[in-house]
Amino acid sequence: MSKKDIAGTDRIKLLLVDDEAGYVNVLSNRMAKRNIDVTKSLSGTEGIQALRKQDFDVAVLDLKMEDINGIEVLKIFKKMDPDMPVIMLTGHGSEQAAKEGIECGAFDYLMKPCELEDLIKKIREAVSPGR
Amino acid sequence: MDKSKETKTTDYPAFFRKRIFIIIAVSITPMILVSGIILYQFNRSYHEKVHAHLAELVLKHKQNIDGFLVEKLGNIRVLAKTFSFEELSDESFLRDRLEMLQRGYGPVFVDLGVINSQGLQVAYAGPFKLGKALYSTAGWFETAIKNEYVISDVFLGLRGLPHFIVTVRDNWKGESWIIRATIDFVAFNNLVGNIRVGETGFAFIMNREGELQTKPLFDVMPDKGPYLEFMKTKLKEKDDVQIVERKDAFGNKNIYVAAFLKGGDWLLVYQQRASDAFSDFRRALRVAFAIIILGGLAITSMAYLLSTRMAYRVARMDKERQMMDEQIVETGKLASVGELAAGIAHEINNPVAIMVEEAGWIEDLLEEEDFKEGKNLDEFERALKQIRTQGKRCKDITYKLLSFARKTDSRIQEVHLNDMLEELVAISAQRARYSNVTINTNFQSNLPLLEVSQSELQQVFLNLINNALDAMEKTGGKLEMSSKVEGDYVVVGVADNGPGIAKANLSRIFDPFFTTKQVGKGTGLGLSICYGIIKKMGGEIEVRSTVDVGTTFYVRIPLAKEKEKEEVVATT
Repeated sequence: MSKKDIAGTDRIKLLLVDDEAGYVNVLSNRMAKRNIDVTKSLSGTEGIQALRKQDFDVAVLDLKMEDINGIEVLKIFKKMDPDMPVIMLTGHGSEQAAKEGIECGAFDYLMKPCELEDLIKKIREAVSPGR
Repeated sequence: MDKSKETKTTDYPAFFRKRIFIIIAVSITPMILVSGIILYQFNRSYHEKVHAHLAELVLKHKQNIDGFLVEKLGNIRVLAKTFSFEELSDESFLRDRLEMLQRGYGPVFVDLGVINSQGLQVAYAGPFKLGKALYSTAGWFETAIKNEYVISDVFLGLRGLPHFIVTVRDNWKGESWIIRATIDFVAFNNLVGNIRVGETGFAFIMNREGELQTKPLFDVMPDKGPYLEFMKTKLKEKDDVQIVERKDAFGNKNIYVAAFLKGGDWLLVYQQRASDAFSDFRRALRVAFAIIILGGLAITSMAYLLSTRMAYRVARMDKERQMMDEQIVETGKLASVGELAAGIAHEINNPVAIMVEEAGWIEDLLEEEDFKEGKNLDEFERALKQIRTQGKRCKDITYKLLSFARKTDSRIQEVHLNDMLEELVAISAQRARYSNVTINTNFQSNLPLLEVSQSELQQVFLNLINNALDAMEKTGGKLEMSSKVEGDYVVVGVADNGPGIAKANLSRIFDPFFTTKQVGKGTGLGLSICYGIIKKMGGEIEVRSTVDVGTTFYVRIPLAKEKEKEEVVATT
């Protein structure tokens, strides 16, 4: 285990919903090293099923997916667990969808592809108790 | 491309000439036709009117003169019937009779003479000393003795003065005798001489032999002209008048009006220059021609004006259409490239993101102790950093491609252009200093507010400023920024004195992916994006460049619409 593991206090439970398997895999690997336990979902449906099984501290949701539109997934998430912050990932130039997401209760959005550090910063912000 | 343009271009001069010809033909033809018909009708009726007027004039005078002659003859006949040859042969009695006649009718009767059948004048009363003259051989005597009464032609006679006589024959004791009265020529002449119309109208009398019986006002050549033809004519009615128009011996066109007098012995002729008789008509004709010529001129000049304007408009419309065609092609080109670019950008984003993250994952793993001692660790780290850098570069490119297809923030808002430009200049100041470039601004104060997307406009000007700074990076130079209102537009100029753009490249600089920068330095999308943004705003972007002198970009942004401007005025 790395130094970061020991340094971390509580591990964050994160639900990552994105249909790009390669991206989900590498992100979960890297986040694991940064005290974040990632539950991987490769579609909106999988994400909803995962949330049904257990609670998460935070969710990261890609807006552009093949089966269900990210915004619809977000609305369902918010019904299932209104207290769970949701960070959205959007393609460049889809701010309109991102803004719609904010209106539906999302915590914030990030432009994809984003730096890992930015994403982690945003995640920590979302789960910080002061929020 | 140039060839196809040439074939498309209309032949404007020919088009122009054709329009002029059509307008002139269509306008002038009816004018000339109508004027011609009116003039022809007017000419005819005017001639008829003049002819009728002159015929009446001549007829009236003919009746007047005939009446005069009949009356004088009547006076003498009464004298012959009332008194006998014996009584009248007494000169003192005859003188009394003359006085009586002169008292009653004025000095029309010059003298009286009584002549017996042998032609001897037995008595005479009058101013001449004609005494016992013998007229047996005189031409008039032979006629007079054969006829009951005679009105002679004008002749000189013994007295040597032009005169004419009236004779009445009677019988006394089986012998014929004659009483003869001389009619005052002047008085008679005045009857005809008084007929004067216009400047050249006059009348005279001639006999069947063509000898003048009165003194005409102007020269008359009896053997020329239509006089003898008049003589030959046999008239059905005694009051008929003949009218002829023809050229006289002097080559002038005359109007001749003639009527017989004295039972066909004499001809009363009235003649007048046609130009004089129809002077009113000539004047009307002149006015008409002046109007036609003026009208023609007016029509021609109007046709010229209209055609010029029409040709100009057509030319302008063609030019506009051509420009629009080019624009459509340009826009279409940009749009299709834009869609393609956006598609590629989306597709590339994910693999690039995964690559970058995988590189990051390797970096994470390298931090574990097993690898720390590896002899190639530095080289691994350098390669991974390079992968991340290049991945970021890919991301920048896809961002720009997506900006090109979809604008970042296209919300319309009120923009203070000058403030925005000042801001951009401030942002660029640091970079300008490094490149040894001075930035000068010349902004028109009180520019109206623009209603556009601020971030899009920022993108445009930042791009232009960056391009200018890039151009002057090595040499340094001056960047001039200006803004001013021109008609319905605000024009912003961005001018550098860099190396300029080669003519061959000038037409391509707005094409997507066209760049003259080094590989890796420019995407060739900046100006395409600017072009797309400005076009969308309804504005224009234009470039002027001279090699070694510099390049100026002009961006024309439309002002807010009138209605809103009025509202602003109303509220202030």
